[in-house]
Amino acid sequence: MTGLITMDDLTNEEILDILDDAERLLPVAKGELYLPLLQGRIMGNLFFEPSTRTRMSFETAMKRLGGGVVNLGDVKTSSVVKGETLYDTIQMVDGYTDIIAMRHPRQGAAQYAQDAARVPILNGGDGAGNHPTQTMLDLFTIRQAHGKLDGLKVVLAGDLRYGRTVHSLSHALTRFGCELIFASPGLLRMPAEIVSDLQGHGANVTETEDLYGSINDADVVYMTRIQKERFADEDEYARCAGAYKLHAKHLADVKEDMIIMHPLPRVDEIHPSVDSTRHARYFEQAFNGVVARMALLCRLLGVAVPADVSSAGGAL
Amino acid sequence: MSNEQSMRRVTAIRNGTVIDHVPSGQALRVLEMLGIAGETSVPVSLVMNVPSKKLGSKDIIKVEDRELTQTELDRLALVAPDAHVAIIRAYVVAEKLSINLGEEVVNVVRCTFSNCITTNSREPLAHRLRVVSRDPLHLRCHYCGRPQDLDELVKNAL
Repeated sequence: MTGLITMDDLTNEEILDILDDAERLLPVAKGELYLPLLQGRIMGNLFFEPSTRTRMSFETAMKRLGGGVVNLGDVKTSSVVKGETLYDTIQMVDGYTDIIAMRHPRQGAAQYAQDAARVPILNGGDGAGNHPTQTMLDLFTIRQAHGKLDGLKVVLAGDLRYGRTVHSLSHALTRFGCELIFASPGLLRMPAEIVSDLQGHGANVTETEDLYGSINDADVVYMTRIQKERFADEDEYARCAGAYKLHAKHLADVKEDMIIMHPLPRVDEIHPSVDSTRHARYFEQAFNGVVARMALLCRLLGVAVPADVSSAGGAL
Repeated sequence: MSNEQSMRRVTAIRNGTVIDHVPSGQALRVLEMLGIAGETSVPVSLVMNVPSKKLGSKDIIKVEDRELTQTELDRLALVAPDAHVAIIRAYVVAEKLSINLGEEVVNVVRCTFSNCITTNSREPLAHRLRVVSRDPLHLRCHYCGRPQDLDELVKNAL
């Protein structure tokens, strides 16, 4: 394994192994235990477009494991603005670091960087393409809640057309035999090519505009933000934006152990009344970004996570 | 109608290239892919939808005073992978060229997706399309993973 560009770079067995590693690293991620497995290693954080959670959680993950981080900084003040190609930027950072986490507005940029680099690349999002580290933290959150990944009923709701998060996740869930319900306004349906790809891999997929009618027998409801920046027409955005507003009152008949997830940031698709219900998992999900990325950093750098983390680690 | 009769619908050429067994109706697409659809100084003859024992019907293209290069053969592989290509010199077949569609098409065409990293012409790595299936032909960009529309692809020859 070189880097992680798409979920196809991991077998199901590897996914489960990495989630096990992440589970054991939880006390390290929480700062309860110091375990400098990556001491002396440096990660390059290359974010060519804005990111809050992904960039910060990569940096936190590396630092919790005793590693160092160098940042590209603001693209507007880096050599990118002078017209440097991605190839040249990668050649430079490749020489400075042991691993690179990157996000880029162009689709395919992560694979391109991997082909240009000797160090592993962790894809933190490439255009509307893939976001596999988000998928890993999503899978971690789902398994944490349900104790398994296979055979669950998962509703993916909101902007399924442009959201790279739901594209990567639906592929991964299909591999674990989950039943998928795609709930979205007509304009923001899952792209037909992805639906047919998933069905080609044996997915059981239902498409609907009725979110509230779909959640009662679901194990997971994965909400996404309707992205204003994707709409040319403000009125059209307003119609889609108001399509789903999940409120605590909608949860009266859902399964007791159903969880609600969201990659964040949210706008108004999840009402704050949901936050205090037993179903809300989006803030834990955001935290899980650290632990999932810690496990991935160890895996890609060839560092084994000890079976007994508490005896290997020390107090902070 | 025999194959010979089909070939005689247009006159024999003295020097140049004959592309035979082009899938019926694909001749114009082949010419576009080869970059000889627009203004060209060499005579080009083509017949379309003539009977063929092997294909049922087929197209044939004759390009005078021009021998296809390897790059052009690679492009041809995307629109007529089973075509027969013969180089004609002094009215006789001097050479038969074979078309090979490998597992990957490298530096032949550019990905058709407008937001692919390879649309920046200054990026130096090779343009790579993976052959996902041969019949029907399906290609995906090695970098962005997008499926390629063949009608769009003919406009993106490198």
